[in-house]
Amino acid sequence: MNASPQPNERPVKLGCKSVWKIFGDNPSAFLTDNPQPSDEELASSGMIGAVRDANLDIFEGEIFVIMGLSGSGKSTLVRCMTRLIEPTAGEVLFQGQDILKADEKELIEYRRHKMGMVFQHFALLPHLSVLGNVAFPLEIQGISREMREMRANEMIELVGLKGRENYFPRELSGGQQQRVGIARSLCVEPEIWFLDEPFSALDPLIRREMQEEFLRLQSVLHKTIVFITHDFDEAIRLADRIAIMKDGKIIQIGTAEELLLHPADSYVEEFTSGIPRAKVLTAGAIMTRPKASSFAGSVQITTKIEDLAAKLVHSNAPYCVKNGEEIVGEISRQSVLSVLLDQELML
Amino acid sequence: MNATRHSTASSSSTAQRWWAIWAGLLAFTLLCYLLKDSFPWLFKYPRAWTWPLRFWISDFMKWLMNSLDFGLFTFREATRFFSWIIEQPYWVAKSLLSSGFLKGQGSGAIEIFPRLPWVGVIGIVMLMGWKVGGRNLSLLVGACFLYLAAFGQWDSAMTTLSSIVISVPLGVFGGLLLGIQAHRSAHFNQALSPILDLMQTVPVFAYLVPVLILFGFGPVSAMIATIIYAMPPMVRITILALQKVPDEIVEFGKMAGCSSRQLLMKVQLPTAKPAIMVGVNQVVMLSLNMVIIASMIGAGGLGFDVLNALRRLKIGEGIEAGVAITLLAIALDRLSQAFANQPQPAQILTSQSLLQKHPYLLASAGIAITTWLLGLVVPAVQIFPEEWQVSTGSFWGDVVRYININYFDELDAVKNFLLLNIMIPTKRFLLSLPWVAVVIGVSIAGARLGGWRLAMLAGLSAIFIATVGLWPKAMITIYLCGLSVIIACMIGIPIGVAASRNENLHRIVQVVIDTLQTLPSFVYLMPVVMLFRVGDFAAMLAVIAYAVVPAIRYTDHGIRNVPPHLIEAAIATGCTKRQILWKVQMPLALPEIMLGINQTIMMALSMLVITALVGTRDLGQEVYIALTKADIGRGIVAGLAIALIAIIVDRLIGAWSNKRKRELGIG
Repeated sequence: MNASPQPNERPVKLGCKSVWKIFGDNPSAFLTDNPQPSDEELASSGMIGAVRDANLDIFEGEIFVIMGLSGSGKSTLVRCMTRLIEPTAGEVLFQGQDILKADEKELIEYRRHKMGMVFQHFALLPHLSVLGNVAFPLEIQGISREMREMRANEMIELVGLKGRENYFPRELSGGQQQRVGIARSLCVEPEIWFLDEPFSALDPLIRREMQEEFLRLQSVLHKTIVFITHDFDEAIRLADRIAIMKDGKIIQIGTAEELLLHPADSYVEEFTSGIPRAKVLTAGAIMTRPKASSFAGSVQITTKIEDLAAKLVHSNAPYCVKNGEEIVGEISRQSVLSVLLDQELML
Repeated sequence: MNATRHSTASSSSTAQRWWAIWAGLLAFTLLCYLLKDSFPWLFKYPRAWTWPLRFWISDFMKWLMNSLDFGLFTFREATRFFSWIIEQPYWVAKSLLSSGFLKGQGSGAIEIFPRLPWVGVIGIVMLMGWKVGGRNLSLLVGACFLYLAAFGQWDSAMTTLSSIVISVPLGVFGGLLLGIQAHRSAHFNQALSPILDLMQTVPVFAYLVPVLILFGFGPVSAMIATIIYAMPPMVRITILALQKVPDEIVEFGKMAGCSSRQLLMKVQLPTAKPAIMVGVNQVVMLSLNMVIIASMIGAGGLGFDVLNALRRLKIGEGIEAGVAITLLAIALDRLSQAFANQPQPAQILTSQSLLQKHPYLLASAGIAITTWLLGLVVPAVQIFPEEWQVSTGSFWGDVVRYININYFDELDAVKNFLLLNIMIPTKRFLLSLPWVAVVIGVSIAGARLGGWRLAMLAGLSAIFIATVGLWPKAMITIYLCGLSVIIACMIGIPIGVAASRNENLHRIVQVVIDTLQTLPSFVYLMPVVMLFRVGDFAAMLAVIAYAVVPAIRYTDHGIRNVPPHLIEAAIATGCTKRQILWKVQMPLALPEIMLGINQTIMMALSMLVITALVGTRDLGQEVYIALTKADIGRGIVAGLAIALIAIIVDRLIGAWSNKRKRELGIG
């Protein structure tokens, strides 16, 4: 989807190390006594494990999607990362600094300058106009009216709401309101951008439009993004990598293709089973060793099946698969068709 | 004994057990009657066992006022200083609206600057009406105030208004601060909650006495009592409004990097503002109600006129003053409601001049100055000329005399029939009940509806009433209140049902009950006393008229709120309209209707205290006597007894309604 370098070559922007969030009576004592509580131990002590032993690294410039159904703990996890919820145990490392150790003042500084957040139900202030809402984070910092409104106007233009600066939130559609939410969260030029189910409250058509808008923005801004969703389609459309959560635990982290080809358990498999594979799989995933002497054409190893299907289904001869200039495999009409028809791959 | 946990298997046996317990209570009660001669204390709480709480309280207050010394100053000096501080803004408001700026004391005072002329006041209130509600509101408010001038009520009305102008901002501001603090600290909230319960249920007369003794006789005490009375709803509404701010908005505020102060001032309060404004309207209306009552402790004003007319049986004067209160109430209510519902202002541009920014403020100042100057030249502008004044006093007197002469027998027959056949027997029956059995009964009800905590609360409250020696008066209170509530429900619930089924009727009923609810309780005394003289019957009618509103409102609302898909399902099943009402709407609306009945009971209790003025013999009278004798302990104890009755009833009905809602899955 984007030709940026492999994730693991980039520095880690935000990391979670054994993050726990347990709700109940005196959860930290409970966790000290039971360092790795099982489902039964949690239940018998009347505890609820909202986030359980979360470990993950988010690399600079990537779109990291946390996916899970409601109650899976994804919203709690993202709130632990921003300390909107205080984790029971663990470390949240922002560029190597544990923000859980930050005092009130440092935390406010982090939030003012490093983090931006977009909310499911937009969370716009009803008494402020679009301009007032977008400029609000700067107002809080004590930046002069002229400066902040200049910056806010830039952001409003960026999200395509120019001309509506003086509207109030109640006068805007859902999609427009979320554009305001996006502009507002970008106003302070955050280094890490949290989006908590930003498009879930929107109609399907608008949601689609907003996803495209989001990708367009990211192609300009190159932010480090943590994106929460319960919609697997949305996850594979947007994500560089996906973490799947269930019952507070992260079950698997990987690219959409990795989840599809090597699901960690039946739960992940179930999720991925309904997905059109051609949208996820690349030529590299279904290629075979090059045998043919002549090829009808060539494709790159990272090309999605969806994108190469049109030329391949009309070709009797196979295509060669190239990694750069080197031929690494071949791909036949039959294998592409089986992906398109969602049959089990016979590799 | 956990009454809330139900499983289908055990529910029938649970029900059986409860029947057994109630049957046991009945048997015990009958046993009490059999043993009446050997154990008279079962029926009459012995005087020797009485807990001298009222004397302790009186002694404590005496000690506070006479002996407590903080070193630099005494307690008395502290409270007097406090009342001096409140007196200053009141003095300004009163001078401006009512008395004019005077130099010197009493009749020797010289006016150095006249008050705002009546033309000016009407102009300003009309301008306010125009700003918040447009032309219609402006005309309505203007007409109400014109009545005050034309019927010679101006001076009293302005005295009342100056109390309100000062106590409303104090009540709003104080309520806001307490509400914010309670929202921030769970401990503070827990401590505050029972105090608010008491502030709302202890009858106003009961704390008039301590307030009087602490702050001295006069308008300031009346204002402090007004603030105590009007503030609790503001506190509760503030807490509720802050709680209702969506979590996401608070989270956004934190993520934007707000300090806790910025979060409150820039995020939470502005977002909660529309909901908080509802509280302002409440404070205005309750203040007006209380200012009228507080006339008795020297606030003067319209309430004093009504009271005076009642005492001298000057019907016409009473009616005119009563109508003046009503019109003032309507004007203030509509103004403050429109103010609360004002749309958010559009973005203000920075480059506006002073005139563009505050056109109404400047126009008001303009009206004030112009009419002031004009008033110096043209006296008719300053003071409404006496020869223009209208009086219908003698007309109303004639009307009442006519009714009394021609219909006295009929009215008296109705009154006597009800007194002899219903009221007196009920009263006798309640008074004959053994108090021990009643205490056990309310405890069992508490256990059944809300578990052992509620049982304890209800039982101990009932025991308290017995031990302070107020049992018979409490029973008379319950008899008057109970009968009034039953009759109010018999009138109110059918009206509510009818209104819920007919749009036109609904609209008419809404207007009527909105108006009834804005009337200060005092006003209700007027007509009943005129027609039925003093006594239990007149009191009961006043209570019914005052308390019927929630029975109507909640019934209408409850039936309308039954989910439409259930009605559709019932229609699809082939229910007739009647069946829909009885089999679907009523059962589902019942929890809501019960809350309405609960409100009716609360209002009835608060009105009962006021009806002590027309000669009842219940706890209200006890409080009123304490007020006239300035007996702090007696007033507070009797007030507490009323509050406890209110709290028991409130908790029992609330617990029932919640339980039922949970069972129906509509909580």
